Amino acid sequence: MVTNITNLGRSGLSDWLIQRVSAIILAVYAVFMVLYLLFHPGLDYATWSGLFSQTWMRIFSLLAFISIAAHAWVGLWTVSTDYLKQTGARFAFQAVVMLAIFVFLVWGVQVLWGA
Amino acid sequence: MSTLQISIYRYNPETDSVPYMQEFELDTQGRDIMVLNALEMIKQQDSSMAYRRSCREGVCGSDGMNMNGKNGLACVTPLSEVVKDNKLVLRPLPGLPVIRDLVVDMGVFYKQYESIQPYLQNDTTEPTMERLQSPEEREKLDGLYECILCACCSTACPSFWWNPDKFVGPAGLLQAYRFLADSRDTATRERLARLEDPFSLFRCRGIMNCVAVCPKGLNPTRAIGKIREMLLSNAT
Ligand code: SF4
Ligand code: SF4
Ligand code: FES
Repeated sequence: MVTNITNLGRSGLSDWLIQRVSAIILAVYAVFMVLYLLFHPGLDYATWSGLFSQTWMRIFSLLAFISIAAHAWVGLWTVSTDYLKQTGARFAFQAVVMLAIFVFLVWGVQVLWGA
Repeated sequence: MSTLQISIYRYNPETDSVPYMQEFELDTQGRDIMVLNALEMIKQQDSSMAYRRSCREGVCGSDGMNMNGKNGLACVTPLSEVVKDNKLVLRPLPGLPVIRDLVVDMGVFYKQYESIQPYLQNDTTEPTMERLQSPEEREKLDGLYECILCACCSTACPSFWWNPDKFVGPAGLLQAYRFLADSRDTATRERLARLEDPFSLFRCRGIMNCVAVCPKGLNPTRAIGKIREMLLSNAT
């Protein structure tokens, strides 16, 4: 058993599951978005912001954002442990990724519930 | 047919500061011999050439090497299967430290094999005669027990190249499943617990290089999938 403290789920199994589940959520969200844009050809600001003022859409979007955050972390963490063999460089990379994901997530929440 | 051009990876740590490729010419007299036969003919030209071999019939697993970019056993690979444009490039198995020429240090490969505890474990009282298995239970071991530990698969696996100390690799995982699938083994929980971390099994990315090169036609990717299913049903 290989121990590790920086991966998301603390176990390979939960990381694997997180990756599959978040991928499904993102696929559903992407399909929804494409269909929505297809069915609203001359989309204007009022309709667009109307969509995002509904609670279910905000929850759906937040779910997608959290999925992106988790998916990106598991994926990039894996990349860093494959290719960055020097501990300092790997840790720095992981810190930058973590910070970026955190910033984007907070920003996303602000966009969804702000304005 | 003109003579075959063979290019071989040479490295003798006692005399060479860096490895180099040495060119040989070989007249096979138009016969489709095995790569190992060709190597033996070359050894007559240059007796310093080092490689491993023993059974010369695909049983011992000692002559795994990289032939024109693909891992395989030299003794059961006919020239016609690998030679392109009359050229053959022979290199040691990728990703393992080279001891000399085509001979690699398999230490890390065996260590991973050892980590899965490749022996039957059963904590119930021993029967007087033997532990019986039904034909159906025995059938589950087909496609698993035949592995000859040649390391062709693990050394073709990028995940094993990057983390040979942490990722068990296809050969070890195939054997891990061989004991998980055995009706006579009772250490299932302990075996699964050792594979749950992010590296030992989950570093497998399903690239299936292992399946593409196995000289015994085995399928480590399928075994890895089965272990993952067992882990999942155990944990949810
Ligand atoms: S699974 Fe196949 S390629 Fe891998 S070590 Fe066993 S026999 Fe060799
Ligand atoms: S399927 Fe898995 S074990 Fe096989 S080569 Fe790909 S990553 Fe390696
Ligand atoms: S020499 Fe034994 S497998 Fe090739």
